[in-house]
Amino acid sequence: MRYLNALAMALVLAVWSGGASAQRIKGSDTVLPLSQELAEMYMKGHPSASLTVTGGGSGVGISALLDGTTDLAMASRRIKFSEKMKMKQSGHTPVEVVVAYDALAVIVHPSNPVKRLTREQLEAIFRGKITNWKEVGGPDARIVVYSRETSSGTYEFFKESVLHNKNYMAGVLSMPATGAIIQSVSQTRGAIGYVGLAYLNPRVKALAVSYDGGRHYVEPSVKAAMARQYPVVRPLYYYYDQANAAKVRPFLQYIASQAARAKTLELGFIPR
Amino acid sequence: MKKWIDRIARRIFTLSGFVTSVVILLIIGFLFSEAAGLFRQPIVEEGYVLALNKENDVDRLSAEQIKQLFDEDITNWKELGGKDMPVKVFRLEDLDHLYTEEELGAEYEHAGEKIAEQVRQTPGIIAFVPKVLVEGERDIHLVPDHTIPIKDVLLGTEWYPTATPSPIFGILPLLSGTLWVSFFAILIALPFGLAISIYLAEVAPPAVSKVLKPVIELLNGIPSVVYGFFGLAVIVPLLQQTFNLPVGESGLAGSLVLALMALPTIITVSEDAMRNCPRTMREASLALGATHWQTIYKVVVPYSVSGITSGVVLGIGRAVGETMAVLMVTGNAAVIPTSILEPLRTIPATIAAELGEAPAGGAHYQSLFLLGVILFFITLIINSCVEIVSARNKTKR
Repeated sequence: MRYLNALAMALVLAVWSGGASAQRIKGSDTVLPLSQELAEMYMKGHPSASLTVTGGGSGVGISALLDGTTDLAMASRRIKFSEKMKMKQSGHTPVEVVVAYDALAVIVHPSNPVKRLTREQLEAIFRGKITNWKEVGGPDARIVVYSRETSSGTYEFFKESVLHNKNYMAGVLSMPATGAIIQSVSQTRGAIGYVGLAYLNPRVKALAVSYDGGRHYVEPSVKAAMARQYPVVRPLYYYYDQANAAKVRPFLQYIASQAARAKTLELGFIPR
Repeated sequence: MKKWIDRIARRIFTLSGFVTSVVILLIIGFLFSEAAGLFRQPIVEEGYVLALNKENDVDRLSAEQIKQLFDEDITNWKELGGKDMPVKVFRLEDLDHLYTEEELGAEYEHAGEKIAEQVRQTPGIIAFVPKVLVEGERDIHLVPDHTIPIKDVLLGTEWYPTATPSPIFGILPLLSGTLWVSFFAILIALPFGLAISIYLAEVAPPAVSKVLKPVIELLNGIPSVVYGFFGLAVIVPLLQQTFNLPVGESGLAGSLVLALMALPTIITVSEDAMRNCPRTMREASLALGATHWQTIYKVVVPYSVSGITSGVVLGIGRAVGETMAVLMVTGNAAVIPTSILEPLRTIPATIAAELGEAPAGGAHYQSLFLLGVILFFITLIINSCVEIVSARNKTKR
C-alpha cells in the first residue's frame, strides 16, 4: 500500500513539474518542421523542459491562442485585425515574433523555355487573363495553373504578394499539398505553380521574378532572399500572450542563437 | 428464469434500436441546423463594413459585384448604376501606407477618423474596414448589409469561400462535378463488374473462382489514399499521354479511380445474388434445351436483378462519397465541367480540403455543412430509387 501511495505521489509530482515547464506550440504547417527541429534541439540542451509541437494551420494556432490552449501560436501570415481585437476584448495582448523568413518560388515544367516573369504577368496568369504561354514569350501551349488549397497560408500569401489581394481565377487547379504541386508540375508541360523555396528540386524549374516592371529579375535562392533582393518572401511568426512572456522567453531567446540559425538555414528557411 | 432473460434481452434490443435511431436523427438535425445558419450570415465578412463616399448613391451590392469591384474588374461606378466616377478600392492595410504609426495611434485609436477622412476626400472610394472603427463617424455612407440569398448559393456558379470582403458560395460547380465523376465511374464499373461477377458465378471453374474471389475482396481493403496516390502517379500521366491533354488531372482520372474502388463491391454483391439463384430454376432452363449462355441472361440475371441493383447502388454510394482518392486526382478546379477530360471539383473533396481551416461557426464552415446536406440528399435519392426498383421487381414476379 505504501508503495502504491509513493508511486501515486511520484506520478502526481512528475505531471505537475512537467506541467510547470511544458510549453505548447501550435499552428501553421509551414512553420511546423522548423519548430519541431528547434524544439528538439532546445530540449536536448534543457532536459527539464518539455515542448509539444502540433500543426493544424495558422488559423487553428491563433484561435488556440485565443482559447488559451497553446502558449505559442505559429503563423505563416500576420494576425488578422479581427483576431487581434478579439484577444484585446478578452483582456490579452498578442505579441509578435518573427521566427524566420520563407521565400516562395514560381515553378514551371523543366522543358518550358520561359525563364522569367514580372509580377504583373504572374498576376494575369493566376487570374486567368493570360492563358497561353506565347503571350509571355513561350511556346503556343495552354497555361495550366496550379495553386494550393484555400486553407493554406501559402495560398493567402501568394494572393497578397503577387495578386495584390485579387482573387485567383475559378479554374485554378488546387492541390492538397506542396508535394502534389511538384508532382503535377513535373509531369505537365504547360504547368505553372508555386512552392516554398525549401521544396525546390531538379524535377521542376524555378523562374526569375521581377517586382519592378521588368527592370531587375531575381532568381529565387536562399542567398538572394537573405540579401532582400528576391521579392516573394514572407515572414513566419510566433504569437504569444503578453501575460505569458516569462514562460516562453527562454525558448524565444534560444531560437535567436547561432545553432538555431544554422538549423533554420539547413531546413531551407531564411534566418531573421 | 427463462422468461426473465427473454424479457431483458427484448428490452436491451429495443433500447439499443431506439438509441441508435435517436442519435442518427440528432446528427441529421445538427447537419441541417448548421447548414441553415449560412442563410442568416451577412454577405460581407462579419464585423466589417463597406463604406462609400456620401455622394455615392449605390445602395445594394451583391457578393458577385463586391468581388468584381475588389478584383478591379468593375472600374467605374456607372457599371453598377451609380454616377460616372472611377472606383478606388481601399483596404485597412492601405492605412499603413498613407499614415505613420503615430498618426494612427498605438491601439489604432485614431484609425476611424483617418478612414473617414479618406472616404470623405475620395468620391469613388469603396473602403473595406472593421465596423468598430467607423461606427461613430459621420458623413460617410455605409452600404446596408443583407443576408446571403438562397438563390445565389443554390444556383451560383462560382465557389470563392475565402474571398474578402465577400465570400461567394455557389454550389453548382461542385454539385455538377460530383455527379459527373460518379456517373462516369458507374458507366465504367458497371459492365466490367457485371462481366466479372457472371464469370465468377457461372463460368469460372471452382478452382479459379476460389482464388479470384479473395483477391477481389482484398481490393476492398486498400485504403483510399493509396488509390489516390496510384491515380496521381500512374493514371494521370497515362491519360495525359493517351489523349494528349494539357492537364492529366481530370474528371476521367477520378472516374477511373472510383470505378476501380467500386468494382469489388459490385462484384461481390452481385456474384452472391447470382449464386443464390435456385438450382431448380437453372436445371429447368437447361432441361428445356436452353444453352448455358441463354440460361444466364434469361434466368439467372433476371432472377438476381435486385441483388445486382443493390450492388451497383452500394458502388455508386462509395463513388459519390469518396474523398481522398478524388481529392488527389481530379485537380479540384471549381468550374462547371463541360467534358470529362477537364479538371473538376467534387463535394466530398471540398469538405475535406477546406474544413480544416474554416473557423467554426463562420459562413465558410456553415457552407461546408450545407454541402454535407446536399450529399445526404443525393444518397437519399439514390437509395429511394433502389427501393422503388426492387419493389417493382417483386410485384412483377
